[in-house]
Amino acid sequence: MEKKNTAVVTVVGVDTCGIIARVSDVLWKHDANILDISQTVLSGMFNMIMIVDISLTRFAQLEDAMAVLSVELGLQIRVQRSEIFDAMHRI
Amino acid sequence: MINTSEILQTVRMISEEKLDVRTITMGISLYECAHPDKKELYTRIYDRITRQAANLVRTGEELEREFGIPIVNKRISVTPASLVAAACGDPVVVARAMDAAAKETGVNYIGGYTALVQKGMTPSDRALIASLPEALSTTERVCSSVNVASTRAGIDMDAVRLCGQAVKDIAEATKEQDAAGCMKLVVFANAVEDNPFMAGAFHGPGEGDCCINVGISGPGVVKHALETEAKGQPFDVVAETIKKTAFKITRVGQLIAKEASQRLGVPFGIVDLSLAPTPAMGDSVAHILEEMGLEACGCHGTTAALALLNDAVKKGGVMASSHVGGLSGAFIPVSEDIGMINAARSGALSLEKLEAMTCVCSVGLDMIAVPGDTPASTIAAIIADEAAIGMVNSKTTAVRIIPAPGKTIGDEVEFGGLFGRAPIMRVSPYSAEQFIARGGRIPAPLQSLKN
Repeated sequence: MEKKNTAVVTVVGVDTCGIIARVSDVLWKHDANILDISQTVLSGMFNMIMIVDISLTRFAQLEDAMAVLSVELGLQIRVQRSEIFDAMHRI
Repeated sequence: MINTSEILQTVRMISEEKLDVRTITMGISLYECAHPDKKELYTRIYDRITRQAANLVRTGEELEREFGIPIVNKRISVTPASLVAAACGDPVVVARAMDAAAKETGVNYIGGYTALVQKGMTPSDRALIASLPEALSTTERVCSSVNVASTRAGIDMDAVRLCGQAVKDIAEATKEQDAAGCMKLVVFANAVEDNPFMAGAFHGPGEGDCCINVGISGPGVVKHALETEAKGQPFDVVAETIKKTAFKITRVGQLIAKEASQRLGVPFGIVDLSLAPTPAMGDSVAHILEEMGLEACGCHGTTAALALLNDAVKKGGVMASSHVGGLSGAFIPVSEDIGMINAARSGALSLEKLEAMTCVCSVGLDMIAVPGDTPASTIAAIIADEAAIGMVNSKTTAVRIIPAPGKTIGDEVEFGGLFGRAPIMRVSPYSAEQFIARGGRIPAPLQSLKN
């Protein structure tokens, strides 16, 4: 399988003001470049998926920072390397 | 590009359906460690394992974090101890070195306190079987297995008798912990050399210097898929749904195996396509069978349901991995599966039905608690029956049985954690004493005229 340097950020939870700004801020501080964003709010539930380039990012530090933000905003935030999604859904 | 629903499906499988990688197991050859001097043997084994597996746990944790999937166990399997200890004559030295190395490297279990005796026993094999009560009661993380039968060699009934006695003696030696030592011994027929799952993992004599084997899991994911995609549908749809799900689960195992092997600089061995349950709700193989329309696991129809599940998991999984091996089949350990626990507790599941189920799946009578006063000859006879199923059907079977001291029908044994709890199951009160006392070998079966 092709080695990628991208990760998928998924954010799920009750919608509030500034979620995208806060998440993007953490990504910026860890040199992760946003490649794609898809976001919806359904009955007050916020759903966002971001594809980010992590070539220059220290993965563990980004993940720690997102964990802190996740607690602070009361949202589920996951950062996962893209390969797991490719592996599962593409032959 | 992966689409939104696929991403959310993966996230849901991990967060809600308990998808995980059950184990990364590093197989390490100990041939180079053999030495007649006990102290030297101990040092060589300890050094070899701690050097080779120094980064195993850390790498496993890194992978968990980066891919966002739990890797429940990081473990080690080694060359069968009876081979390594033959020159020294004292296998317990190997057990102590394995235990110390497991603690140093941070793995929760290390397998390979093993003897392969399907055709006959060397003095070292006999010493190992005799040492089991001491080895398993005085070490914490060492797991043991004995292969007493194979399709090509038949059943070594002398070894079966010794293993029946060993199970009783281990129970006695660990009676303060409800015979917990018995959880660490598996008696096999047709044992495989690359099994990553404990307690039966060992690094077989035909294996290379070192490799990474991965065991997958995911009964919750399969059950959810059947609920949403195959409710009330014919079995063709059920089988297809399981295959597709097994493919996805296995691809994750393959990815983790490849990454682990690359980061540790160790060759990739196999992915084991076993649906391994845990006692947690939503992680049960029995519940998959019940989802197919059975009122309780163990009722008539269970064997057919399990045969379908086992076959479909393999068909879906083989295409997802470059090398499949190990046990590869659905596990049905009684104490480690909430659906099995409930079925045994309510009486829906009997030992006889379990034995029938082991004809069509991996791996055998696993984590069964029986009354503490069950005679050694009855335990040996249970082992012989299970070995016969494996021998005749050219498949792996195994027995991991716990005669819980002081307990009887209606009681339960609590093992804790992933080992769960087991209701005491009824065994036949009639004696097999004279049958087991005969000893000798049951000849290998004919491989033609298959009826």
